[in-house]
Amino acid sequence: MSTGFATKASRLTRPRPGAGSRGASTRIPLLVTAVLLVAMFTAGSLRYDGFFSTQVVLNLLIDNAFLLVVAVGATFVILTGGIDLSVGSVVALSTMITASLVEHHGWSLGAVIPLVLTIGAAGGALMGWIIHTFEIQPFIVTLAGMFLARGLCYTISTESITIDDPATVSIAQTRLYGSGGLFVSVSVVIALVVLLLAFVVLHHTRFGRGVYALGGNEASARLMGLPVGPTKIAVYAVSGLCSALGGVLMTFYMLSGYALHAMGMELDAIAATVIGGTLLTGGSGFVLGTALGVLVLGMIQTVINFQGTLSSWWTRIVIGGLLLVFIVLQRLMTGRRAETD
Amino acid sequence: MTNPPDRSARTGRPGAPTGAVPGAVLKRLAGHRLLWPSLVLLALLLGNLAFTHDFFDIRVQDGHLYGSLIDILQFGAPLILVALGMTMVIATRGIDLSVGSTVAIAGALACEHIAGSADPGSAGTVLGAVAVALGVAVVLGLCNGLLVARLGVQPIVATLILMVAGRGVAQLITDGQIITVRSEGYHLIGGGYWLTFPFAVLLAGAVVALTAFVTRRSALGLLIESVGGNPAAGRLAGIRAAGLLTLVYVFCALCAAVAGLMISSNVQSADGNNAGLWIELDAILAVVIGGTALTGGRFSLGGTVLGALIIQTLSTTVYTLGVPPQTTLVFKAFVVVVVCLVQSPVFRAKMSRRRGRPHTRSTGTADAVGRQQEVRA
Repeated sequence: MSTGFATKASRLTRPRPGAGSRGASTRIPLLVTAVLLVAMFTAGSLRYDGFFSTQVVLNLLIDNAFLLVVAVGATFVILTGGIDLSVGSVVALSTMITASLVEHHGWSLGAVIPLVLTIGAAGGALMGWIIHTFEIQPFIVTLAGMFLARGLCYTISTESITIDDPATVSIAQTRLYGSGGLFVSVSVVIALVVLLLAFVVLHHTRFGRGVYALGGNEASARLMGLPVGPTKIAVYAVSGLCSALGGVLMTFYMLSGYALHAMGMELDAIAATVIGGTLLTGGSGFVLGTALGVLVLGMIQTVINFQGTLSSWWTRIVIGGLLLVFIVLQRLMTGRRAETD
Repeated sequence: MTNPPDRSARTGRPGAPTGAVPGAVLKRLAGHRLLWPSLVLLALLLGNLAFTHDFFDIRVQDGHLYGSLIDILQFGAPLILVALGMTMVIATRGIDLSVGSTVAIAGALACEHIAGSADPGSAGTVLGAVAVALGVAVVLGLCNGLLVARLGVQPIVATLILMVAGRGVAQLITDGQIITVRSEGYHLIGGGYWLTFPFAVLLAGAVVALTAFVTRRSALGLLIESVGGNPAAGRLAGIRAAGLLTLVYVFCALCAAVAGLMISSNVQSADGNNAGLWIELDAILAVVIGGTALTGGRFSLGGTVLGALIIQTLSTTVYTLGVPPQTTLVFKAFVVVVVCLVQSPVFRAKMSRRRGRPHTRSTGTADAVGRQQEVRA
């Protein structure tokens, strides 16, 4: 029934990103996500006492600030048609390095954070370099990165390292109050700044357009004379950087470093990106959609917490179901254009 | 990847005479694609022997075989099975990330069935449990297969869904608990012995042999390879890719389910959270080490079995050496990178340009793999 629609849609999804005539079809998943978010919030408000409050929404941000940062990084990679499976492990490694240096070696936070960010970015760039130079699939290279980072965590310590450092604790517990007693944490501000930066970079810079072009069609991008290699390396570096920053934020949130932190976060980040309307084949998507995706994941968690009788594994099942719906939706939107590759 | 004649021309063994008649045999041997995995496995085993002197000892006790090598085979059996299914999927240029979840679901279903029955020890209960687990695995495989074959979703994405949701489903089945079962019949699958051999090893061996027979003695293997090698050409030749794709995903899920039964039966319990955790990555690693390229179009069952044994030996080695077992991940990371680099055509081209003479290059990389293993071991 939808052959005509599908071909039309496939024509519409490909134009240059950033152009006004992007076509409605790529926005539909985003719209669905937004409606879903509002619907879940409304349903929650009707069902549970105390759900309908601004602080619940702010808590969503507080509890998911690190995931937001990580998912923003994942969006860069997925927009180029790649995938980064190492993000969860890099987050864990960052919490470990931060906690161990601050607690056991007496480093100041001001020295540790730049170091952690540099390690994350350099690790990402290294993976990007291997992917680009040796034409190995991103999936397998970042898989190796995932093993390596998780393994390095254990070489630092197999135990959880709790942070008692006063400076770190005070930053972690700082509440930035707004009107009416509402508050957010420092992490939320950092995450929102990252989101804003990513938005500007993706939609208003040459690099951002390169990212979209690379995901749209790598061969065309190369023929157009775009710096394919540097762009590819850069997106993985961005992803590594965001993961490291996410790790720092997680250290604040958990006030500990642990090798088992952020297990499966790569999947959450990918899920948030997909639910946010970014095509996994690359070339089309919005970083603000990713933020919506993160909020949806957070909202699922909140609803399950409020319900009280539902066990935590329902989160995974619901996220899986949502992924299924959105991926099928993506296929229907874009038709069968891309072969399975 | 390169075809065998091409490789035999370039993969010289150190000191292999060329030209003479025995040389030709050696050359064929050297060009065999199982050479490297075999050498790596041998190096690992010998490395173990250097640390533990009774490593190769196998003794018979109460009619059962015991020994480190038997342990490697027994604990490696589930991985061999999962990797076997994965090989088929990867041959079609796909990937199945959901096997870990399938392992957990199968174990959970079987244990739930046995724990809920009146007579946990009877053969009927055990067979029923196996049937339930395998039946659900077929459904899970069909879900993956339909998403990939009919809807054209990228395999990594399609199976990601089940990977995420499956863990939750497994925990839902076990209600978040670890279900313990006492059933002699069920324990046989993963921890029992039959004809002095561990039953799991016999089972895995039988499945591998059957798969090899079916794929290599019929056109099925070729058809599967054609789907991964060149889908367009396959379609023009009249090959129904959709059916084959669905078939390999169902097969992969079935293999994973049997592995799940083995794992849960060996520990006589089902843990929805941790059973089969990261086995998908180990399986992919085993397949890649075995020489099946992730780009599809060609597969090697023997290589996969060797790859799985290498990974299991690596884990055993780490335990024997008393290194914290979690650091195995670091070794695996290096193995992945080295193997992928060696397989990468671009890397080979670069190396041959740098070194000039192909012979030295190939031996050089082979040595590098060996050295890498030894340094890590």
